[in-house]
Amino acid sequence: MRPVTEAELAEAVAGASGPLLVRGGGTRTLGHAVGEVLETGGLSGVELYEPGALTLVVRAGTPVAEVEEVLASERQRLAFEVPDLRGLLGREGLSTIGGVLAANASGPRRVQVGAARDAALGVRFVDGTGAVVKNGGRVMKNVTGYDLVKLMAGSRGALGVLSEVSFKVQAQPEAEATLIVEGLGDEAGLAALRVALGSPFDVSGAARHSGRSLIRVEGMAGSVAYRVRELTARVGGEVSVVEAEASTRLWREVRDVAPFHGRPGEVWRIATLPTVAAEIVAGLEGQALWDWGGGLIWLLLDHGRGAEVAAAVAGRGHATLVRGEGGPVFPPEAPEVAALVAGVKAKFDPRGILNRGMMG
Amino acid sequence: MQMPKPDQGVLARKSRIVTRLRAVLPADAVIDAVEELRVYECDALTAYRCPPLAAVLPRTTDEVAAVLRVCWEEGVPVVPRGSGTSLAGGAMPTADSVILGVARMNRVLAADYDNRFVHVEAGRTNLSVTGAVEAEGFFYAPDPSSQLACAIAGNIAMNSGGAHCLKYGVTTNNLLGVRLVQMDGTIVTLGGPWGEPSGLDLLGVVCGSEGQLGVVTEAWLRILPKPEGARPVLVGFNSNEVAGACVSDIIKAGILPVAIEFMDRPCIRATEAFAKAGYPDCEALLIIEVEGSEAEIAEQLGRIKDIALAHDPVEFREAADEDQAKRIWLGRKSAFGAMGQINDYMCLDGTIPVSSLPHVLKRIGEMSQEFGLDVGNVFHAGDGNMHPLILFNANTPGDLEKCEAFGAEILKLCVEVGGCLTGEHGVGIEKRDLMAVQFAPADMEAQMRVKDVFDPKWLLNPAKVFPLATSAERRAG
Repeated sequence: MRPVTEAELAEAVAGASGPLLVRGGGTRTLGHAVGEVLETGGLSGVELYEPGALTLVVRAGTPVAEVEEVLASERQRLAFEVPDLRGLLGREGLSTIGGVLAANASGPRRVQVGAARDAALGVRFVDGTGAVVKNGGRVMKNVTGYDLVKLMAGSRGALGVLSEVSFKVQAQPEAEATLIVEGLGDEAGLAALRVALGSPFDVSGAARHSGRSLIRVEGMAGSVAYRVRELTARVGGEVSVVEAEASTRLWREVRDVAPFHGRPGEVWRIATLPTVAAEIVAGLEGQALWDWGGGLIWLLLDHGRGAEVAAAVAGRGHATLVRGEGGPVFPPEAPEVAALVAGVKAKFDPRGILNRGMMG
Repeated sequence: MQMPKPDQGVLARKSRIVTRLRAVLPADAVIDAVEELRVYECDALTAYRCPPLAAVLPRTTDEVAAVLRVCWEEGVPVVPRGSGTSLAGGAMPTADSVILGVARMNRVLAADYDNRFVHVEAGRTNLSVTGAVEAEGFFYAPDPSSQLACAIAGNIAMNSGGAHCLKYGVTTNNLLGVRLVQMDGTIVTLGGPWGEPSGLDLLGVVCGSEGQLGVVTEAWLRILPKPEGARPVLVGFNSNEVAGACVSDIIKAGILPVAIEFMDRPCIRATEAFAKAGYPDCEALLIIEVEGSEAEIAEQLGRIKDIALAHDPVEFREAADEDQAKRIWLGRKSAFGAMGQINDYMCLDGTIPVSSLPHVLKRIGEMSQEFGLDVGNVFHAGDGNMHPLILFNANTPGDLEKCEAFGAEILKLCVEVGGCLTGEHGVGIEKRDLMAVQFAPADMEAQMRVKDVFDPKWLLNPAKVFPLATSAERRAG
């Protein structure tokens, strides 16, 4: 099914006789849900764009590439850097903006500006009964009623099918530069990232892979130059600096987990505390890409290491299997949290038809 | 303001309920004497008062759980309270309710600078969170103007904002995790110091749920390194339209000031009479603050100056030193006090799209004439969060009602132009009955379903947020 209006979408959900597999572009879907495919790609197009208010309202099936093009025409962008996971997951297709919010997909700039959830101002969605619901709006400060925008962000279609999303957007900076720090081991290289993030120099990216730590600053030209100097004096190691497109390329690789493309094995995505990020990886002996100053670990491992990963992360974060066969995809919640999750799902989708089994 | 009739059964069982509360709490943590309960009869929305059945001041999460279990078993409504600074009546009790104050839970449990978070008990005041980490060069970003007094628990309940959220976001963007006690006494941890949700983002819906889903007893908060410096400029314009256009151009140019504050003529005149900050007598005044090193500040202010001068301001005032910077902020920071000198006032906080600013200010001016009540506007212009202050005299019969009717019209206007009823204060009881202006029944139904899961008996802060008729069936159990 491929509805082209919100009303058609509502009818499709209300009239469904069995499970539905909700899909934007299918480029970042996780898990093992089955059902009749319900595509959102027909709900496409920009509803409202006010560059002077940094506001974008767009239908959920609009391709991310189209959104980025519209914003670029006014020298603006989505602040949270949408990862393109096609290379990592071996997918094709066009990522949709609704899918991005449904996955709360957020790249390196999360350390500075937050995740997709933090940029989202409003949603419209069709819940599992076929009812159309709106929440939030198009203004930056809004505490009117409960914040279902956050609840929908990252819910991966389990509570409802997004039909429209609004975002706070960001001006493109006039300059960008990246410090490449070499000659440090993982422990010291990650410590350098923490020094940078703990400084007042407004770091917008802090990552490490392939033996190099990367630290990004963006903004006005004079300010970028100043902060590069100050950070270089503080982080240690051997520092070289790249600017503009060369810097952008480095962060695209981090964002899309490019070092793992075409490499066999299972890929885990681990959220943790930066100070234990080196130790977790050392214990598991895999290949790692650290983002968010170490708060996010992309880990490439052999098949069947789920139990070890869970043990290494227990009590200090959580791990999601994003590519691989074995084990549950999403980490199990504590029983009292699982009860709340099950309760919320049952309220929004009483028939249990939306992406059944995707989030466990 | 209508509140539900108190449950006579609960009132009749007061002594039994108090006895049960005393059995699970230390003696000094249960208050039931009528004269002592008057402290809890209202919050900062002082127009409405009602003493609660009792008040409890637990010191630990386990004590909170014990209190809630007793109230759950007894069918007693519970009204959570941080510091009682809500402008929306979020902590206002009913006669059959127990006030659960978290003020005694105010410890810092951990400050982790390497991982950039602080773990606090939720009764801690907003400003003292920054106080606990500033020696190491860090701060907690959300800064509601009541930050000296307001508690993190209330900030989380209302998803509080502040003057600097244009750059740093509001509470939800700086909240990493909470410990929450559900009405039946179940203790859950949502999120954690790593910040990234592992499944459904329940933390995201708890923040801003106005104490209706659970009682937050601990929070993990993101802390940020303090900027090297900050400096404001003041720009005066003879037209609201032009001031609005200037704000829009600054934002479009990619400059991200930490604050853009806007004051209109009635507010400028009132603050001048009160604080004598030396503001120009003009229609609209902007205070724009930027952060960074000396050179970075100069770079940003230079750009802002170019944009502002292109709009032909009546004045562009820079601060040469700390003292001059303070004088620029002086009038803005005295605005509420200045309006309060003139008369009683009601403060609203609807948000509008920035592009609608001139139209909304013009309409508010017209309505001010129609209602015969003066209004001053002072607000966060960068994010469209208005703060109209309507002046009235509480001693004049009918004035409060007239003021409320005027306020309701302003909020309807905010929604009409694409905005919302409240940007940072919350709905509480104050805007409860206007929710249907912004939301269709299905929108509110979806929100109430979340409460059904967390608090199936609807005992936590039940008569707030949703219009009484809309929530009646659920509250009746």
